[in-house]
Amino acid sequence: MAHQATDGQALDDTDGSAGHWAFGTGFDEPLAGVDTTVPDGIDPADLGEYCLMLGDDALLLAQRLIQWITACPELEEEIAVANMALDLLGQARLLLARAGAAGVLGRSRQQAGGSIPDEDALAYFRDADEFRSTGLVEAPNGDFAQTMVRLLAAATVRLAVFARLRRSRDPVLAAIAAKGVNELAYHRDHAARWVLRLGDGTAESRRRAQAGADAVWPLLADIFTPADLEERLTAAGVAVDPAGVREEVTAVLTQVLDQATLRLPAWPGEAPPRGRTGGYGPERAELLGTLQGLARRHPEAAW
Amino acid sequence: MTARQDWPLYEVFVRGKRGLNHVHVGSLHAPDAEMAVHAARDLYTRRNEGVSIWVVKAAGITASDPAEKGPMFAPNTDKVYRHPTFYQIPGDVPHM
Repeated sequence: MAHQATDGQALDDTDGSAGHWAFGTGFDEPLAGVDTTVPDGIDPADLGEYCLMLGDDALLLAQRLIQWITACPELEEEIAVANMALDLLGQARLLLARAGAAGVLGRSRQQAGGSIPDEDALAYFRDADEFRSTGLVEAPNGDFAQTMVRLLAAATVRLAVFARLRRSRDPVLAAIAAKGVNELAYHRDHAARWVLRLGDGTAESRRRAQAGADAVWPLLADIFTPADLEERLTAAGVAVDPAGVREEVTAVLTQVLDQATLRLPAWPGEAPPRGRTGGYGPERAELLGTLQGLARRHPEAAW
Repeated sequence: MTARQDWPLYEVFVRGKRGLNHVHVGSLHAPDAEMAVHAARDLYTRRNEGVSIWVVKAAGITASDPAEKGPMFAPNTDKVYRHPTFYQIPGDVPHM
């Protein structure tokens, strides 16, 4: 057997086939070669706005996770958090590109300039009122325990939605969901492993994990309430009604907190959707300030 | 903070898709074995390197002493009779 120069080479099994990359190896156009025709009977504006809902959740949750980079408790956790943020950015990119392909760009398209791809225009040049993300993903991180509790909740919800979204009538959404399910399962399990260890750990870690849970639970108030758009698109077979995942999500979260020997906080009463309908608080503006600042000052910069 | 001394060192071994054996790729600190396996997934299989991960506590590994290289390994270099060179291996037998 030929001696491999490095262990990494010994493991590398690329034989020139790009088959193991889901969307090709070119990183220029996320939906290159994919048929983005909007299915019959669906208003493209609706479909695009739904993609913004799912995409903005991923984009802003990634932005929150990235705030931990250089500050994580251990180096191994740095890499894990970075990997999860990159997974979410990938999902955001595909979803925002799909929104752009459906024609939903608004004033961000003019502000962005011609050379900037759709998904970047949407990410960097939309204003706060044009985002459709939920308060759950926008909320500040808090300490590491609270961050993991929030990630557990957000990933569990998103995984439940994506698992069902694999059957969407829009083949692009179905494909994005199929790819995302593995990533989200890992995020949920990573967060759960931490919640278990912090909750069932030292007195200090339990105190922090409990405080984190108490802070995150109220953010679930509007998570399961569908916006009109979501109800329309669910009826058309394209989207997933968040009300349908409430049971599964509450079961998972209850199980994890029980095993973590944490007290389950009171489930909030159902609130009307806020972020999904354009409502937002100062957290969103803070996140967008960091995310968009550089791009807006130097719109067509390249390096 | 006592994090570093509470997190033991684990050695990581990864087997590639086409490989038969796990290869040592590095080490990491983790609170316990389950976290170690998943940290290894994040640290050492980012680029599709492998399909199987083993983690072993570094303290559980007994290694040969480099200072004893002479007595351990030198006697093997001049014992030709230990190598099976007198028969042909058929061409279609893999992994010999």
